[in-house]
Amino acid sequence: MKDNRECYLMKGNEAIAHAAIRCGCDGYFGYPITPQSEVLETLSLLKPWETTGMVVLQAESEVAAINMLYGGGASGKRVMTSSSSPGVALMQEGISYMTAVEIPAVIVNVQRGGPGLGTIQPGQADYFQATIGGGNGDYNTLVLAPASVQDMADFVDLAFNLAFKYRNPTFILSDGVIGQMMEQVYLPPFKPRRTEEEIGKECPWAANGYKLRQRKPNLFSSLEMDPRTMEQRNIKLQEKYALMRSTEQRSSEFMCEDAEYLFIAFGSVSRCAEEAVTILRKKGHKVGLLRPITLWPFPEDRLNSILPTVKKILVCEMNAGQMINDVKLAINCQRPVCHYGRTGGVVPTPEELLESMLQIIEGKD
Amino acid sequence: MKKEDIIQPQNLVMKKPDLMNDTIMHYCPGCSHGVVHKLIAEIIEEMGLAEKTIGICPVGCAVFAYRYLDIDWQEAAHGRAPAVATACKRLWNDRLVFTYQGDGDLACIGACETIHALNRGEKITIIFINNAIYGMTGGQMAPTTLVGMKTSTCPYGRDPQLHGYPLNITDLATHLEGTAFVSRQSVHNVTAIRKAKAAIRKAFTNSMKGIGSNLVEIVSTCSTGWKKTPLEANKWMEENLFNFYQLGDLKDTTK
Repeated sequence: MKDNRECYLMKGNEAIAHAAIRCGCDGYFGYPITPQSEVLETLSLLKPWETTGMVVLQAESEVAAINMLYGGGASGKRVMTSSSSPGVALMQEGISYMTAVEIPAVIVNVQRGGPGLGTIQPGQADYFQATIGGGNGDYNTLVLAPASVQDMADFVDLAFNLAFKYRNPTFILSDGVIGQMMEQVYLPPFKPRRTEEEIGKECPWAANGYKLRQRKPNLFSSLEMDPRTMEQRNIKLQEKYALMRSTEQRSSEFMCEDAEYLFIAFGSVSRCAEEAVTILRKKGHKVGLLRPITLWPFPEDRLNSILPTVKKILVCEMNAGQMINDVKLAINCQRPVCHYGRTGGVVPTPEELLESMLQIIEGKD
Repeated sequence: MKKEDIIQPQNLVMKKPDLMNDTIMHYCPGCSHGVVHKLIAEIIEEMGLAEKTIGICPVGCAVFAYRYLDIDWQEAAHGRAPAVATACKRLWNDRLVFTYQGDGDLACIGACETIHALNRGEKITIIFINNAIYGMTGGQMAPTTLVGMKTSTCPYGRDPQLHGYPLNITDLATHLEGTAFVSRQSVHNVTAIRKAKAAIRKAFTNSMKGIGSNLVEIVSTCSTGWKKTPLEANKWMEENLFNFYQLGDLKDTTK
């Protein structure tokens, strides 16, 4: 059978841009920062405003960009931004405001090493920021972690669908490896942008003036003077987060069926771990890999279902130990959980992960 | 002649706009906000734009502006209204998108967003209420506070050596290529109100026609923050603020 899909060789950042245009995105607002500037550059080169009508705007700062998402999302449009760690730190206020009034939008973080200005090399140290919430107040955002250029292309539409399903900002938490490396990728087919009537139907909550005379005015405000009313709003939000937690856990597995020793890794590190598993299996070790695709909600149900055969767990991340907390919480510390992390922009090799796992297998942890 | 004979449509000279509801305002007696709210409601109604309007309100005294005008509103984070408005207008070309901001919101924490939205020539209108003080938080020094003026955070008067100089951001806006119409008005008497209405109407008209960015400053009173009676506040504004913030259309590229 002939494969009619469009196959390209491109960077993860470029795939994000192409996918945005193809999945009916209405607007992109971003500010240049390494290692993700290709997203804005690619969009600027492709000129989607002449084809699909998608708006592309270089904002004056990440602070402005996230507030542009606030306005665009609150008016019912599919809007997105992309940035890297220090830029996403600047966006936290806006993200908190958006969760408070339930504004859908997609935020791509192509992480680099930190803290501070850090490095332009890859990192995964924004795990806490993305999964726990870097802004003020009790809130959560959905977090998708791509591990390939294909994921970058596929997750844009998925992120938009989740964002609108739950009226909540959704993160694509990538890293400098996935953003910069080139791989074969099948781009999604073109989906038209929604018409004003379709937006009116899908988003009756949106503040855009549409058919105002036939309804009550729509308002987006997170301010509440009465604490009891504010608490009620919080309870409603928490109910939504509970629903997201029970419904949206996603993960993939590699050789987990009989695994006694389990790698848990996300994003580019999961690719290294997969290689380590392959080598260790050839040596006769019963090793597997669980790759969380959603970091929030963490795929705790799946982890617990494969736990019976597992003796020990090794969490590998490009940070000093962040996802390891979620792993321990998910299994209620029923197994020993070790950590192998590189920081500051250093990407671990499969050999390092393999060696670290061998130490655990041999009881030297 | 009976009262009922007088209350007839043909005798109507003044009317509350339909878009303005009956919610009791939280503004202090003598405050300018209520008058500007009414003007905005009147103009939106006269231009038939109720179903085409997105209002962006600020953090400051006008944080509750959405309570009084029955249009779609988005409450922006402190200072970010021009960025929010930028996206709304770019994504909804045929809408009237306006922000309503005070001096602290617009000229201090949001100075970056204000300057860049205006300079990009976003097809929006910014209504700028300048009372030279932080009203909502209880009368602190604003970027627009005059030299020598006393506030709770410059209780001995604004001293340029300590606090720097007042920022005349509207004059600055006239020098930006992206602005089409920049005007400074007040609403302290009937003549001023009529002029202010004409300026806002012109700004809204430009925004709908897609002509540049538009900024209308309303030099306003804050009798509570200034610790004056409403009448004293009006007089003080005329004698002091108008010298530094001179009224009139400062830039109009459509002429």
